[in-house]
Amino acid sequence: MSGLLETLRLATTALLANKLRATLTTTGVVIGVTTVMAISAVIAGLDRSFSEQIEGIGSSVLYIQKYPWIPNAEWWSLRNRRNLGWREHDAVAQQARSVEAVAPMISQQIRVVHRDRWLDGVAVTGTNEQYRLVYGADPEDGRFLMPADLHYRKSNCVVGSKVADELFEGRDPLGERVKIAGLHYRVIGVLPEQGEILGFDMDSQVFIPIGAFARHFGSRRSIDIAVKVSSTDRLDDARDELTGILRRVRRVPPDEEDDFSINEQSLLTNLYRSLTAALYTTATVVGGISLLVGGIGIMNIMTVAVTERVKEIGIRKAVGARRSHILGQFLSESIVVSGVGGLLGVALGFIAAWGLDSATPLHPVVTVGGVALGLGFSAAVGVIFGVYPAARAAALNPVDALAQGSDT
Amino acid sequence: MSSNGVMIDLRGITRIYDMGAVQVEALRGINLEITGNEYVAIMGPSGSGKSTLMNLIGCLDTPTAGSYRLDGQDVSRLEGDDLAKIRNQRIGFVFQTFNLLPRADALRNVELPLVYAGIALKERRARALEALERVRLADRADHRPNQLSGGQRQRVAVARALVTRPSIILADEPTGNLDSKTGEDILGLFEELHRDGNTIVLVTHEATVAERAGRIVRIVDGLVA
Ligand SMILES: Nc1ncnc2c1ncn2[C@@H]1O[C@H](COP(=O)(O)OP(=O)(O)OP(=O)(O)O)[C@@H](O)[C@H]1O
Ligand SMILES: [Mg+2]
Repeated sequence: MSGLLETLRLATTALLANKLRATLTTTGVVIGVTTVMAISAVIAGLDRSFSEQIEGIGSSVLYIQKYPWIPNAEWWSLRNRRNLGWREHDAVAQQARSVEAVAPMISQQIRVVHRDRWLDGVAVTGTNEQYRLVYGADPEDGRFLMPADLHYRKSNCVVGSKVADELFEGRDPLGERVKIAGLHYRVIGVLPEQGEILGFDMDSQVFIPIGAFARHFGSRRSIDIAVKVSSTDRLDDARDELTGILRRVRRVPPDEEDDFSINEQSLLTNLYRSLTAALYTTATVVGGISLLVGGIGIMNIMTVAVTERVKEIGIRKAVGARRSHILGQFLSESIVVSGVGGLLGVALGFIAAWGLDSATPLHPVVTVGGVALGLGFSAAVGVIFGVYPAARAAALNPVDALAQGSDT
Repeated sequence: MSSNGVMIDLRGITRIYDMGAVQVEALRGINLEITGNEYVAIMGPSGSGKSTLMNLIGCLDTPTAGSYRLDGQDVSRLEGDDLAKIRNQRIGFVFQTFNLLPRADALRNVELPLVYAGIALKERRARALEALERVRLADRADHRPNQLSGGQRQRVAVARALVTRPSIILADEPTGNLDSKTGEDILGLFEELHRDGNTIVLVTHEATVAERAGRIVRIVDGLVA
């Protein structure tokens, strides 16, 4: 331990002997570390806002739908798909072992009115009581739709928080009536605020019994079936089981492809990953270039330091310094330079992240990993680019080294 | 240390400097025995190979051919870290040009061999100070070389040479850069060290200096004359 301190003291003294040079070299590393940290913060920020955006989709929910979320190249082959309807829903609800809840869904964007106030573009969704289980949609006031509402196709509705706020302005919406496309629905529940999913406002929704929806808006459209699986580990099993059930009920011949799609959150995650892969590559390249620039600076200063101190190395070797002593001495100098650069770079990285946050739409997040990356980066630069000059110093022959220069 | 056995035993030592186009034969077959606690002066014309010989004896360099036994151990085929270890533990070298670290004070200069011997800080400091007292420079412990006179610098160098209590002290023209009075001080130190049981080998051009040694070895053209 005291040996380490001694080494560091020695390194610092040697560096302070030439402040300007040490400062210039450090600057290279500072820029590199700041760059690496800022980029990693931006990426972490993107990752975070993306996962916040798709969180509401539910990682253990499968969506049985007519079309895939991310169509493949043969999109035209999808045109002749048949609608999904009650037959599919009932088959899944009755036969699937691997699922916890099954909710049919069919939606329409429309104006919702209460007396002289209204809200446009509200997603009115017909569903059943299982929706609550699939999404954990527990009203903060009142209750969700219940089997009785479904059975009697009651004109009851559950409203999102934005609908409640806009139409009732702080008054209690429970028991009040809203008008949708000419028909009245009684508010039986208000959902808590949920935010957006990929730009879709979860709070600007109204839920009504699916039977009431069909009666009101017709039943010629395809329904979506949201299926909750007990855990994400069981997604694969569930997908296989559902595929079997659906193929059977839709009588898909064995040699033909599925004529329906099972969508899930990970499709979006994968898409996001493939889109951001380019960003990661860019970040790696930029990081690599800064590493090189910082490293060349280090190598340069250390080569100069070794050349200038050949005589000193000779003296040290003459009194018994071994290779490892000399190697350690110069390596610790380069690590001190790059380490100081690293610390400054991390500090600047925080400032850069803060600056980007206030000046751009990005919301960078400085993570522990980002800081570790920055510091690791600087230490690596110190070691990698310090090794060559240090090894050269360590390999010097003492007689030749002593013969150089002739001071003191 | 075996003070009366053969301390330095050189047989058929040659040292050829390979300069590419030419080969310089600096030593051409040196045979030399030096006993423990001997005080030997080496003399000879410029270019005769004295420094080359001293570097070999001091394990700073290795012979092209021949054998070198130091206190019974064959060191002529050792290299790198093994030689460093021997320099550190068994040899104290005093140079004509002092060879002190300019940015370190006297104490740290004297302490240096002990650092590489892996001795703990406290003991290191104590022994370095003791060595400085020995050369009567304890009051200059915190002076850097450029704050010291030539004679004082050479005394620091002597303190550094003896701080590890080596088997032999080698000095290549230690008074060459000093006036006769300060040179006299340094020679006095060597005589003290000799009385205390050290083996001393010293290169000099001056007959008056050489006469104070127990034996004079003359080198001419790479051979013992
Ligand atoms: N590193 C070297 N490379 C090539 N030749 C060398 C080297 N060192 C010494 N020599 C040559 O070896 C011979 C002996 O040199 P050395 O330094 O041992 O002489 P010296 O007796 O110490 O001389 P002086 O009294 O001038 O110090 C000389 O011819 C010298 O030029
Ligand atoms: Mg010489």
